[in-house]
Amino acid sequence: MEKEINIHVKVWRQKGPKAKGKFETYHLDRISGDTSFLEMLDILNEQLVSKGQEPIAFDNDCREGICGMCSLYINGHPHGPDNLITTCQLHMRHFKDGETITIEPWRSAAFPVIRDLMVDRRAFDKIIQAGGYVSVNTGGVPDANTIPIPKPVADEAMDAASCIGCGACVAACKNGSAMLFVSAKVSQLALLPQGKIESKTRAKAMIAQMDALGFGNCTNTRACELECPKGVSISHIARLNREFLKAKLSN
Amino acid sequence: MTKLDAKTPQGPLSEKWTHYKNHQKLVNPANKRRLDVIVVGTGLAGASAAASLGELGFRVLNFCIQDSPRRAHSIAAQGGINAAKNYQNDGDSVYRLFYDTIKGGDYRAREANVYRLAEVSNNIIDQCVAQGVPFAREYGGLLDNRSFGGAQVSRTFYAKGQTGQQLLLGAYSALSRQVHQGSVKLYTRYEMLDLVLIKDANGLERARGIIARNLVTGKIERFAAHAVVIASGGYGNAFFLSTNAMNSNGSAAMQCYRKGALFANPAFAQIHPTCIPVHGEFQSKLTLMSESLRNDGRIWVPKKLEDAQAIREGQLKPTQIAEEDRDYYLERRYPAFGNLVPRDVASRAAKERCDAGFGVNNTGLAVYLDFSDAINRLGLKTVEARYGNLFQMYEKITADNPYETPMMIFPAIHYTMGGIWVDYELMTTIPGLFAIGEANFSDHGANRLGASALMQGLADGYFVLPYTIQNYLSDQIQVPRFSVDLPEFAETEKALEDKIATLMSIKGKRSVDSIHKELGHIMWDHVGMGRTKESLETALVLLQALKKEFWSNLFIPGEPNTLNVELEKALRLADFIEIGQLMALDGLNRNESCGGHFREEYQTPDGEALRDDEQYSYASCWKYKGEDQQPELVKESLDYEFVVRQQRNYKA
Repeated sequence: MEKEINIHVKVWRQKGPKAKGKFETYHLDRISGDTSFLEMLDILNEQLVSKGQEPIAFDNDCREGICGMCSLYINGHPHGPDNLITTCQLHMRHFKDGETITIEPWRSAAFPVIRDLMVDRRAFDKIIQAGGYVSVNTGGVPDANTIPIPKPVADEAMDAASCIGCGACVAACKNGSAMLFVSAKVSQLALLPQGKIESKTRAKAMIAQMDALGFGNCTNTRACELECPKGVSISHIARLNREFLKAKLSN
Repeated sequence: MTKLDAKTPQGPLSEKWTHYKNHQKLVNPANKRRLDVIVVGTGLAGASAAASLGELGFRVLNFCIQDSPRRAHSIAAQGGINAAKNYQNDGDSVYRLFYDTIKGGDYRAREANVYRLAEVSNNIIDQCVAQGVPFAREYGGLLDNRSFGGAQVSRTFYAKGQTGQQLLLGAYSALSRQVHQGSVKLYTRYEMLDLVLIKDANGLERARGIIARNLVTGKIERFAAHAVVIASGGYGNAFFLSTNAMNSNGSAAMQCYRKGALFANPAFAQIHPTCIPVHGEFQSKLTLMSESLRNDGRIWVPKKLEDAQAIREGQLKPTQIAEEDRDYYLERRYPAFGNLVPRDVASRAAKERCDAGFGVNNTGLAVYLDFSDAINRLGLKTVEARYGNLFQMYEKITADNPYETPMMIFPAIHYTMGGIWVDYELMTTIPGLFAIGEANFSDHGANRLGASALMQGLADGYFVLPYTIQNYLSDQIQVPRFSVDLPEFAETEKALEDKIATLMSIKGKRSVDSIHKELGHIMWDHVGMGRTKESLETALVLLQALKKEFWSNLFIPGEPNTLNVELEKALRLADFIEIGQLMALDGLNRNESCGGHFREEYQTPDGEALRDDEQYSYASCWKYKGEDQQPELVKESLDYEFVVRQQRNYKA
């Protein structure tokens, strides 16, 4: 059994997209270190509901670090202080007794707040819709082993494809740039022979969409890479830039 | 008396699907543009169906409850996807995949459906590679495979421990392409709340639309279409603690059931043997550790009761137990399959050891999954390459390092084989209503083999439904688009608004989660891994009382006409309680043990499931007869034409 701690939780509360938000502070006693961060919020919400108050709205679903639905800016870090995990995998053993934990939503012009800690990330879907795919229909494709792909290439594509689309990179970036997200998809598909055919048009279309949706520019601060729960590397941004440049030059 | 027609095509097993495709009716391209299809869900089945139907030219409306289609819980599948490619030259074939799946399901699935599943499995791998899914590869550049439970060949394709994620992102990318092209319209953060039926000129009721709630605004909205496809997943969260996502629910299936679709084999739920054990009362979900770990991990408990007790009290560590004092009980009981027996068998064996007092962890409800042999044999690097991300996930949750001490695991609810009854065309008993993926009951019988859920979801969505739905829609080309102002829509919406008003007005004392947890305890204790006539009867009494408690003592804060997470959860919980009742009722009816349904009264002398093919070789399909009425049992007889049924044997 892990130690138990008493904590203060300072949470951003905001009724709706246009409402004015503010911090509220709550107290929680005897939280076990084995409790996950979101379970701690569940406990807090149970207390609020038992007092007839509205619970804190926050996105979550799989609670095992893969769906990308959970977010939260905890003590100044997207997905909290621990590295290479999402908020749902964060456990209370990382916090000290008596600590005040500050919880905010992702802050980005492209991700408006819906309520409290819940934000609208549909902009990410729109970027993928602009070209984040290989244009093949169902059926009529060659046998899976027709084109051998060197293992290191496949592995690098897999690393890029690990992106869970959570938006931590945008929340971490002082410019609110989505370059790490865009580059992960562009890089995955540019590496594989199946995706190479459209790699130039894809890079151009996705960057144009990213710009149109109000995401900022990349100034290589690397904050995105540091905060990415899946360790997606900014080397993919370099590949994205090369693909984008090739597309420009071939115009 | 309802009679079921599975519409299984005639002819030899291997020619049924080809024959069907050669003779089914199709819809020409110009007419496809005039036909609308609603797809509820964006997991592997829903996203692949919506994308494929869009590519064919239908106008598709696709709904999901999350903020993006990419969040659907298919994303969490770790280990892999089966296909009969026989790339390993180890004796695999379409027939062998079919046979393993039928046997793994304890002979409670329809032969023709399962054979078709095995047939299209190879197309799925081709399709995913073409989409850019980065499957694991050998150094020569070709695709790699690994083994999974219930098979003696290596037929599982994988992408690290994130196969579900990569396959879902493949389907999501195909779906996104159709959204871009305008053939699919996406409705994210929308939840289906009811099905709308409209009578045709001959008085036949057909599925013509849904009522859905915009989860952001709380607004109830109406959507019409020529056909409705349910791809909303399973109902494992009836147990509160499961490996399902927090928002996974069985409500769309229950809405269809209440409108006349049959609910088949509700008692068939899969308990996965390798999950991280429960730690306390505030736990919100259980985390799965991939079945692929059983390729190299060895499962054991102490041989001596006193060692087990010392471990539970914290006086001994597992690494201090000598080799000869360890009981590798799966290897002992099932020498032929060892640690790779199917999930139902492995789960029950763990329960048997824990019940006998050999369980570990402070609760006594855990067994060890040990990699020390694998590390000695393969080296740390190889083990890390194979399972590194799973080990990391385990350590983040438990603060234990599985490279140094064995993992602790325990069974948990993972998947539901039961679901909406469908015929060979994946159509329910309601014309125009289809169900695909985990939401239907079709292919896994009483137990699903590992790496087969991904296969079935994508088979249904990419390669089966896009054909079979045309056989239905070809008759509908003269039917103009429906107006959502029709009285059928208004009536259904009114009933829903009344239901929501009732829920909001209870103003009792209990939160949704507190009642849901109570439901979970009832289900796990009485409708769980080992069931008896008495436990199931007790469950029915307790569930009736819980239903009363729900409808008289629930409290939902806030307003209905805005974002209200407690209301969303309450609507789902109302259905989970009724699903629990259906599961108990079905389990009580089935006086045999098969697959995931283990009735303790029916077992062989050495503790294996004892089927009764004379009496129970049927799918038990339940027909709704009204609020608090006993549903009618309708049987679909399972006639085995091609396979000889045997007691499942994983020993020799």
